Amino acid sequence: MGGVERIAEAFATSGKRAALMPYVMAGFPTLAASVRAGEACVAAGGDVIELGVPYSDPLADGPVIHAAGTQALAAGASMAGVLEVARALADSVPLVAMCYANMVFAPGAERFLERLAQTGVCGLIVPDLPLEEAGELLALCDQRSLALVPLAAPTTPPQRLDAIGAAARGFLYTVSVLGTTGERNSGQDRFTGLVAKAKAATDVPVAVGFGISTPEHARQAADAGADGVIVGTRLVRAVGEDPASVGEVVGELAAALAAPR
Amino acid sequence: MSDGDATALVEHRFGPYGGQYVPETLMPALAELEQAWLQARSDPQFARELGALLADFAGRPTPLYRAQRLSERVGWPVYLKREDLNHTGSHKLNNALGQILLARRMGKTRIIAETGAGQHGVATATVCALLGMECMIYMGTADVERQRPNVQRMELLGATVAPVQVGANTLKEATSEAIRDWVSSVEHTHYVIGSVVGPAPYPALVRDLQRVIGDEARAQMLEREGRLPARVVACVGGGSNAIGTFTAFIDDTDVELVGVEAGGEGIDTPRHGAPLTVGGRPGILHGSRSAVLQDEEGQIKQAHSISAGLDYPGAGPEHAFLRDTGRARYEAVTDAQALTGFRELTRLEGIIPALETAHALAWVLTQQNGELDLVCLSGRGDKDLAAVLGEA
Repeated sequence: MGGVERIAEAFATSGKRAALMPYVMAGFPTLAASVRAGEACVAAGGDVIELGVPYSDPLADGPVIHAAGTQALAAGASMAGVLEVARALADSVPLVAMCYANMVFAPGAERFLERLAQTGVCGLIVPDLPLEEAGELLALCDQRSLALVPLAAPTTPPQRLDAIGAAARGFLYTVSVLGTTGERNSGQDRFTGLVAKAKAATDVPVAVGFGISTPEHARQAADAGADGVIVGTRLVRAVGEDPASVGEVVGELAAALAAPR
Repeated sequence: MSDGDATALVEHRFGPYGGQYVPETLMPALAELEQAWLQARSDPQFARELGALLADFAGRPTPLYRAQRLSERVGWPVYLKREDLNHTGSHKLNNALGQILLARRMGKTRIIAETGAGQHGVATATVCALLGMECMIYMGTADVERQRPNVQRMELLGATVAPVQVGANTLKEATSEAIRDWVSSVEHTHYVIGSVVGPAPYPALVRDLQRVIGDEARAQMLEREGRLPARVVACVGGGSNAIGTFTAFIDDTDVELVGVEAGGEGIDTPRHGAPLTVGGRPGILHGSRSAVLQDEEGQIKQAHSISAGLDYPGAGPEHAFLRDTGRARYEAVTDAQALTGFRELTRLEGIIPALETAHALAWVLTQQNGELDLVCLSGRGDKDLAAVLGEA
């Protein structure tokens, strides 16, 4: 089964109101500890894991994920190390790598994608590669059944959203707030309009991310019709503060998505 | 300003360089900015408004000065384009005036900027005071230390200076923080990028606003010498004063264009800021593809320069293109050479240059031959006294 199909199956068979998609920073705080964090996410109900690739200049990330990446790099998390983490998790859960554009293109996009595909990674999110710059990479990903997952933002106008939705593979990553990744208090109605618009623009599942940190947020996103809920900063913080709590945090999120209403 | 051509597009790419490598959230804002600039640059009212401020507020045109004793020292005539006499002490005001007028036209109420040496921050804070706009300047903590007078100036002008403590605490990190702010605040905020870097349309926009330097200098040189310079020399961090000076001469193919980068402790060491000079694989930094200091996996490396304004691991995409096509060449000058240039100009001409500018002067001072040089004296060096005297 190709990466695109594995992701589709994960959405279809999550058994929840929306698939739960935890973010794990590879190599944070160490390679081995990030594998354990990923395993804990899967055991507690994670359906797809977004695997962060540490980068020197992560423009789309807030302070918590930025600091985690910096710490991972300082601990020696090279691309080879990131791929080891991916290999250790790839059989048990579909992985989508979140990686900044310069790291994709530095070794050559084909070589980079080959390494991902050989490791069993199913998809790729490049947060600083908007539609206008993504054409060549999308073709290369399609050839390998790797899902190139685009982002849509609250600022994205309707026509542009249609174009992004048409180019989406795996799922459409809908950014729920203006800003970088990070936890936010206000949740409420912000998801409803965004999710509806995103779903109208694409055939693939719509996942909501950025600023989702509590079971209540996750429930609101599912209420709004999201097919997937991405939780990043909250989990990275858990890994940093108390790795043993990761399973519990993910379990609460999973329960919030499973609960009938 | 060049003659406004409403039909010409704003360049997104310069050969294989440039582009828009930014989070999706910013893409509509970049499109809005590009449209606003297309309209403004062909609007006579905008040209009048900017022209009046450049004349009466900034003090343009700046003089072209024949540096007599410097010329005697090197053995050929050297002219200095006196951007240090522009209000706020550097060329940065040209861009800040244009962009903030544009931002006001777009209905933005808040201005953010990054700064390294503080010159762009001071220029931005100055125009925000002039136009009554809210202003936030991001600056690495290392630069806050080494450019303290400029921090004080910005605060006096009413700006908030946000110290950035990440990585090497310099210009690269300040730029990243400014972009992150913009992702969160894009609906009411304009990001005044200070150099010919960043995602399109910024490299073209900043060049259009800085080309006044070369347009003036070319006319002044023709008037003074009855000919064009043989060489045009400018320092390059991101490269805005260099592009601003070069652009008027691009089609004068007999005029040699020389960009001088920060050689730091030497380009054979890891401690420099000379991505154009050392070459290597291009990379993506702060939204555009260009010459970048990076490792094999694509992690961006830290730059080093004694000069905060040149302490940057990237350079503008148009510079990378000018290098590849052979139209301009790029060389590096070390920290030590720049300090010599700083002292030489001060003693020979009674002009204290910025440490950034001192790189261009040092390059001229180390040449064996010359005919007629034009050097962009991009800024004054009052801000650098502590750093220079500390090095003595």
